[in-house]
Amino acid sequence: MSLITYRQALNDALRSEMLRDEDVFLIGEEIGQFEGSYKITAGLLAEFGPKRVRDTPIAEEGFTGAATGAAMVGLRPVVEIMTINFSLLALDQIVNHAAKIYGMFGGQARVPMVIRTPGGGGQQLGATHSQNIELFYAFVPGMKVVAPSSPADAKALMLAAIRDDDPVLVLENLSLYNTKGEVPDEDVPGEIGRAKVTREGSDITVVAYSRMAAVALEIAGKLAESDGIDVEVVDLRSLRPLDRDTVIASVKKTNCAVVLEDDWLTYGIGAEIAATISDGAFDWLDAPVRRVAMAEVPLPYAKPLETAALPSADDAITAVRETLDATARRR
Amino acid sequence: MPPNAAARSARATSTSTARRRRPAPDTTVSSAEALGFYRQMVLIRRFEERAARAYTEAKVGGYCHLNLGEEATVAGLMASLDETDYVYTNYREHGYAIARGIEPGRVMAELYGRSDGVSRGWGGSMHMFDVASRFMGGYGIVGGQVPLATGTALAIDYRGGREAVVCVMGDGTTNIGAFHESLNIAALWSLPIVYVVINNGLGMGTTVEQSSAEPELHKRAASYRMASARVDGNDPEAVYDAARTALAGARSGKPYLLETVSGRLKGHSVVDPATYRTKEEAAALKAADPVAAYAVTLHDRGLLTDESIAEIDADAMSAVARAVEFADASPHPDVSTLFDYTYATPVPNDSRRLPGAALYPAPPRPGAEDAGAVRIGAAR
Ligand SMILES: Cc1ncc(C[n+]2csc(CCOP(=O)(O)OP(=O)(O)O)c2C)c(N)n1
Ligand SMILES: [Mg+2]
Repeated sequence: MSLITYRQALNDALRSEMLRDEDVFLIGEEIGQFEGSYKITAGLLAEFGPKRVRDTPIAEEGFTGAATGAAMVGLRPVVEIMTINFSLLALDQIVNHAAKIYGMFGGQARVPMVIRTPGGGGQQLGATHSQNIELFYAFVPGMKVVAPSSPADAKALMLAAIRDDDPVLVLENLSLYNTKGEVPDEDVPGEIGRAKVTREGSDITVVAYSRMAAVALEIAGKLAESDGIDVEVVDLRSLRPLDRDTVIASVKKTNCAVVLEDDWLTYGIGAEIAATISDGAFDWLDAPVRRVAMAEVPLPYAKPLETAALPSADDAITAVRETLDATARRR
Repeated sequence: MPPNAAARSARATSTSTARRRRPAPDTTVSSAEALGFYRQMVLIRRFEERAARAYTEAKVGGYCHLNLGEEATVAGLMASLDETDYVYTNYREHGYAIARGIEPGRVMAELYGRSDGVSRGWGGSMHMFDVASRFMGGYGIVGGQVPLATGTALAIDYRGGREAVVCVMGDGTTNIGAFHESLNIAALWSLPIVYVVINNGLGMGTTVEQSSAEPELHKRAASYRMASARVDGNDPEAVYDAARTALAGARSGKPYLLETVSGRLKGHSVVDPATYRTKEEAAALKAADPVAAYAVTLHDRGLLTDESIAEIDADAMSAVARAVEFADASPHPDVSTLFDYTYATPVPNDSRRLPGAALYPAPPRPGAEDAGAVRIGAAR
């Protein structure tokens, strides 16, 4: 175990897969010479050379599609899309091609490709640079989407994604890059498609992923101290496939749930979780499922407006307290 | 109309520059190859006509775009490839699949949506794919194949291979962003790829002049310092020669843009009556029919006789009849295979739910010992 950042964990995973497998290569804008906009690929061009760390023109559709075409004949590209906002320019290649090729051709070609890209707001980057649109990809059968919240999961899920024979989108997060955690030194791939109970508790279930899963742990600690509330945290980790059973099992224990998400509320990931709970644990519920999500506006630049629009730890705490109040009235 | 009569009428009415007769062919094509082209072209012609009929008989669903009028290009282009080369096309690809050596029966079975279809009934007319012949797919999204083909060329280069990629697209496709992104990437990275633009003058009904500010499409390569040429797509030998030149360049790291000019004999797809075309335009197209014209050429060269023309046609007709028989006999895919191709790497919790099924089927009751924990995902 070593205490390292989320950024370092990703870098370690990339490096170690490139050492293990000649077919793994990195492709994206500014990942070589510039070492990545967020320095996830730092040092890799120097170590592996330009064939394996390939700087591209600013052509998201072109290079994401090229990576897909390379994967179709057996290479294992890891595509960096600078932020998830720019993935919209590659939407056709991701959704209409990478995600379809295995099924549409009757299982004849695989697409062992990873797209790694950060989401996240809160850096005053304005409306086009602060979105959380992972839902667009999690919506699509054929895609796998993982959203690690800790350095250990970042490494484990990146390893798993690279070794997987399907297109996997690894959702990173700008505000997680500098967070630290204990990470195993050896390479143990995680399991795509499984959520994890990252804190056991008996009073209420908090379901979250990516940055908000870290927030969930933070508020669980606070609420235990301040209110004596015992929060169970379910970190989804995988948005597609979605591990519904872990959510249901938790809600059956706690009888209530709050979902924390960084995306917009309407039609969001939280809506899917709420529907899942309604399907699988309706009779166990003592209160409506509450969702904490971004305000439904194009994210503004001005700090007070941006802060108000983004879900915070305080918002999560309020939602937990109010949900428990509601259950108290029913129990 | 019997083929020979068609050929004669084509000769009689020919005004097309596409059919300028060359008594002594200045091509590398041998007599045997020329006859091979002709056989191929006739087979594709008959196959496509039969596909159209099957469509009207409701044996074929979805969209169905035919290579009618494109036969010379298909034959010349496919003959220029090595077995190990890769081919990407758009949705107008039945002929390319057949010319690549895929059994016509498997192509027809795909149109029929049967389990013996090239794509096991998952693709249909627009999405034929065959690993064995490196036929890397027809694609229904205009331009979708262009970045993919470029990436396969990148993989060849990555591994130091000798293969090349041919990426076929229509004229309309040159206005898609992905086309330009891909040509730039291929030129920058010296990838072994030939982009082939089949200029049939039309998108669906919109003309090249209405949609392309530089209607001489091969010239677009200049923006990427890429070599390019325009060739008569009604002449299989000219296409073959041009493609060989292009491929030789591609294999030495010089990607190439080849534009072929030919006509689309029918509508955009089987259901399009092409009412936007004038009678004169339709007649001119018919007059320039590449199959009929090539019959005349080879007849003039003494390679075909009226008898051999009839024989080749009969062979094609029976090959197509066998294809239809094969398709008809092939079973429909079993519904139990519906979830077989979502993921190549098995993953826990992938959904295998049919539309009417409840996510958690047994209505859970509190207290009833975890009765609700019915699994929906087949954790494998
Ligand atoms: C991205 C996209 N836009 C629109 C369409 C609908 N569409 C299908 S074919 C076609 C015309 C394409 O023309 P061209 O590239 O010249 O090919 P051709 O059909 O003539 O072979 C259009 C607009 C589509 N399939 N994909
Ligand atoms: Mg066209």
